[in-house]
Amino acid sequence: MTILYAATAAIIMGAAVYLILSRNLVRMLLGLSLLSNGVNMLLFVAGDFSSRLPPIIVDGEKVLGPSADPLAQALILTAIVIGFALTVVLAALVLRVWRAAGTVDARAVDKAETLAKPRIPVARRD
Amino acid sequence: MTDPLLLVAPVAWPLLLAAVAMLVRRRPWAAELAGGIGVAGMAFASLLLFHRATGGRPLPMTVFGGWPRAFAVSFDARLPGALLVLVTALVAVGVFLFGHADIRERRRRSGYDALLLALCAAVNGAFLTGDLFNLYVWFELALVAALGLLTIDRRLGQIDGAIRYAAFAMLGATFILIGIGLIYGSFGTLDLATLTSEIAARPASVSTTLAAVLMLSGLALKSGLAPFHIWLPVAYPAAPITVAALFGGLLSKMGFYALLLIVGVLFRGGGATAPVLGWIAAATMLLCAAGALAQTDMRRLIAYHVIAQVGYMTAGLAAATEAGMAAAVFYMVHSIIVQANLFLGVGAIRRATGSWNLNHAGGMTRSNPIFAFLFAVPILSLAGIPPLSGFWAKLVVLRATIDGGMPWLALAALVAALLTLISMAFLWSEACWTIPAGDRRVRPVPPAMLAGMALLSAATLAIGLMPDRLFLLTRLSARMLVNLGAGA
Repeated sequence: MTILYAATAAIIMGAAVYLILSRNLVRMLLGLSLLSNGVNMLLFVAGDFSSRLPPIIVDGEKVLGPSADPLAQALILTAIVIGFALTVVLAALVLRVWRAAGTVDARAVDKAETLAKPRIPVARRD
Repeated sequence: MTDPLLLVAPVAWPLLLAAVAMLVRRRPWAAELAGGIGVAGMAFASLLLFHRATGGRPLPMTVFGGWPRAFAVSFDARLPGALLVLVTALVAVGVFLFGHADIRERRRRSGYDALLLALCAAVNGAFLTGDLFNLYVWFELALVAALGLLTIDRRLGQIDGAIRYAAFAMLGATFILIGIGLIYGSFGTLDLATLTSEIAARPASVSTTLAAVLMLSGLALKSGLAPFHIWLPVAYPAAPITVAALFGGLLSKMGFYALLLIVGVLFRGGGATAPVLGWIAAATMLLCAAGALAQTDMRRLIAYHVIAQVGYMTAGLAAATEAGMAAAVFYMVHSIIVQANLFLGVGAIRRATGSWNLNHAGGMTRSNPIFAFLFAVPILSLAGIPPLSGFWAKLVVLRATIDGGMPWLALAALVAALLTLISMAFLWSEACWTIPAGDRRVRPVPPAMLAGMALLSAATLAIGLMPDRLFLLTRLSARMLVNLGAGA
C-alpha cells in the first residue's frame, strides 16, 4: 500500500516538474499547483495511515489508541490552504501579465530583466 | 498569562494592526497611523522580549492549545531569535520613517502599510518558532505579503519580477515541505529540539540524507545562494525602494536563519551536504561580488551585494563549529541593518538626482552633506573598513573558516571582500563625489528619509564601536543553538 501511494506521489511530482519547465506561464502555474498536491500525498504517506479509525480518545482513557495519525492530516490541511493561496496569487499575476502584455510566453515577459540592465557609461564632462 | 502574550506580541500585534490598516486604507493618513502604531508596538514588544531573553528570567517555551510539546505549534524566545526580532523591529522603524517621505498616497491606498506589517509579523514568526512546520507556514505568509508589496504599483516590470520570485520561492518551499514530510515520516515529530537530539542519536538513513539535500536546495532557492541566485537581482529592483530595503534586510536573512537552524543545528553542520556548503558559499561570494561590479543601476548593484553577504554567512556556517555559528549570527545582525540602510540610501539618491542610474547620479556630498555622512556608514561597513560593523563581521567569519580547516574559503572571502570594496568605492564616488551629468540640479533629501537612515547608521556605528556586547550575544546564541537538542 505504501509503495502504491509513494509511486502515485512520484508520478504526480514528475508530471508537475515537466509542466513547470514549460515556457508557458499557465502551464508553469498548473505545474506548481500539481506539485503541491504531490507533496500533500507524500505528507500523507509520512503519517501512519494503517488505521482508518478517527483519532478520538475513548471515554475514560488518557492516551490515543490505534487510529489514523491526526498530526499528518493537520499538516496536509494547512499545506492545502497555503498551496491554494499561493496558486491564487500566482494566477492573479499571470492574469495581469496576459492583460498587460497579451502573452503568457515567459520569453516575452522580460520587463523586470530590462528594468535595471547595466548600461554602458556615457562620456563624462570632466 | 502575560508571558505567552509577550512571546507572541511581535507577531500578533503587527498582524492585528495590519488588519486595521487594511480596513482604513482608503484614508491614507489613517493607514499610515495604523502602520506607525503597529511598528512602534512591535519595537516595544521586541525590546521587552530581548530584555527578558538576555536577563535573568528567560521566557519559558510556550506550546499553544495545551498539548504536550512536539504535537502543537510552539513559540520559543531562544537567543538568536530574540536578537533577530529586535533587529527586525529596528529595520522596520527605519523603513517606516523613510517611507513617510517616500510612499505616496496611492501606494498607501493599495494597502502598503498592511502588507508591510504582515511581512514583519511573518519574519518575526519565523524567528520565534520552535517547530519545523510552523517555520514553513511563516515562510509562505512572508511570501504572500512580499508578493503584494512587490506588485504594489501593478506595473508590468513588477508583475514580471513577482512571477520570477513566486515561481522560485514556491519551488523552494515545496522542496522544504518534501524534506519536512520525509523527516516526519522517519521521526514522528517536527519539534526542533526533539528532532535535533533524535537525528544526532540515529545513524544517517536514506530519507534523512534526502531530506537534508532537499531542504538545503529549498533554502538556497529562498535565500538566493548560488547557483539559484539569478531571480534575486531581477526581482528586488522592481520593488519600491522601501520594500527592497525590507526584502534585502529581512527576507534573504530569514531564509538564511532557517538554513542555520536546519542545516547547522538539525543536521549538525549539514550531514551529507557539509562538503557542498563551503563551495556554495565561495561561489556565492565571488559570483555576486563580481556581478555587482558590472552594474550601473544602483538597486541591482545593492541586490547583488545582498546575495554576496548571504554567501559570507554561509561560509561561517560551513565551518561547522560553534565559532562559525556565532560568526554567522554576527554577520546576520550586521548585514540586516547595513543592507536595509544601503537600499534606503539609494532611494534618497534617486529622490535627489532623479535617476537610479549611477552614470546620471552625482554631487551628493556637496548638496546633502548630512546624507553623505549617513550613507558613508553603511558603505564603509559593507566594504569592511574598521571600526565599523562589517569589519568585525568579516573578521569573525575569516577566523571561523581558518579555524574550521577551510583556508581556501577564507581566501575566497578575502577576494570577495576586495571586490566589494571596489564596488562600494565606485558607488560612493559616482553618487557622491562626481559632478552630475549635464549640470543637473541636485534636490535636498527630505528629513524623514534622513531620520530613517540615521537610526540604522547609528546602530551600525554602535555595533562597530562596541562589538564586545554583540560578540557575547552571538557566542551565547551559538551555544544555545548547539545545545538545542540536549535540553529536550
